[in-house]
Amino acid sequence: MSFEDELSKGQFCIPECLACKKIIWPPSEFCDSCNGKTSLKKEEFEGKIIEFSKQNENYFCLVEFCGSIRLMAKMESSPEKNQIVKISKCGMDKGSYFFHVI
Amino acid sequence: MSEVGIIAYGTSPFTKEEHKIESMLHKSTNDLFQKNPDINKNEIDAVLVSTNNNSKYLSPVLSEMAGIQPKIAHSIESLCNSGTNSIVSAFSYISSGLADMVLVTGAERYDSPGQILEWDNSRGEFKHPIFWASIFSKSYKQEYGISDEQLAIVSVKNHKQAQENPNALSKKTYTVEDVMNSKKLTDDLRLLNCSRPCTGSASILLASKEVAEKYTDMPIWITGIGQKTTSAGFTKNTSLTSMESTVIAGQSALKMSNHNISEIDVAEVHDAFSVCEPMVLESLGFTNQGEGINMSQKLHEENNFMINPRGGLIGSGHPLGATGISQTIEIVQQLQKTAGSRQTNNPKTGLIHNMSAAATSSTVLVLEK
Repeated sequence: MSFEDELSKGQFCIPECLACKKIIWPPSEFCDSCNGKTSLKKEEFEGKIIEFSKQNENYFCLVEFCGSIRLMAKMESSPEKNQIVKISKCGMDKGSYFFHVI
Repeated sequence: MSEVGIIAYGTSPFTKEEHKIESMLHKSTNDLFQKNPDINKNEIDAVLVSTNNNSKYLSPVLSEMAGIQPKIAHSIESLCNSGTNSIVSAFSYISSGLADMVLVTGAERYDSPGQILEWDNSRGEFKHPIFWASIFSKSYKQEYGISDEQLAIVSVKNHKQAQENPNALSKKTYTVEDVMNSKKLTDDLRLLNCSRPCTGSASILLASKEVAEKYTDMPIWITGIGQKTTSAGFTKNTSLTSMESTVIAGQSALKMSNHNISEIDVAEVHDAFSVCEPMVLESLGFTNQGEGINMSQKLHEENNFMINPRGGLIGSGHPLGATGISQTIEIVQQLQKTAGSRQTNNPKTGLIHNMSAAATSSTVLVLEK
């Protein structure tokens, strides 16, 4: 299963190199360091809010996972910088990823 | 390495009008040849087209429309810094000896597909540039204690300066209150904090020293080039308050030109959003960190056009593929002292800063008489 296959099912995974264990982001089949193949880690990952702003009633946050992965996610309640969050919902819509955190 | 000079230029007005991309490319190219009727098109070795438009084979198309049969003809796309990337490619063709004269034309339509980088899925559903600009603005304001009113001054200054640029999209001046009361896009960004996509084109002709001196008494030399790409995705930016690619590209360009930043007399910098101008000024070394906004404010109060004399992207409009070329034309005009009411005080050395996708890639050029 690819990252996008898992994401389409609502499962957020983190790609990791099978050889050197480097976390690869954006998701890729190959490691950008040793060129080895990657596999997907499936856990309930915790992320940290790096920065956020708000559009209408929704907050959008830059969230960091595993110290190296950063992504933009929607949040309904008021965030704080350095707040620890989890992905509550994710998926794909018309080819684009979406992530919600709580 | 042989010297490379800019010997001619042409431009179209920047508008919201509906035109075919081929027609836009031809407009500024034709303007260049009308202004410089002595140029022998048979001497043009390469035609480079800078655009994010999806139409195909645009360089051969432009060549045919303009009556040129170049040896080298191709397009260059790198989102918002396609223009200066094309100039760097032209420089390389000439300095390597593969070409003696290169036409670079950039054009874009108001509905350019280059405005959104679909690949960058790490932005989730927040792919529009207003979201990275909001994150930059929030971080920058918090880090340095800057207010929204202070950031609004960049927009006020650049719209004001654009009124002296007959090709600019902006036809109106604004107050800080106007910016603060303009449409709220996010908690950290108002409509008048943003540059606007538009339709426009710009062309320049570069030549080797031997050819340049045959055609003009006032060639402007490209003496410094710096480029750096740190990533493609916004979320890979390690800092949200400075621009790493700009720092590196600026240092490279200044080193190549044997200048330091205090010797730059006039500059066009990539103010895609108001927060970008102070961040760029700091990243290039014009000011210390957190003091870029003071520089913009002081220049505005003194009516000094040193930074973004044509109105920057906020005042001029932002036709992506044409922007870097239009910025370069402005610095050429400044150095040739033909900038009319925008003319700064006797500049000898100028700088262009052009970047892409939340500063993941930057190009800096240094120009001299």
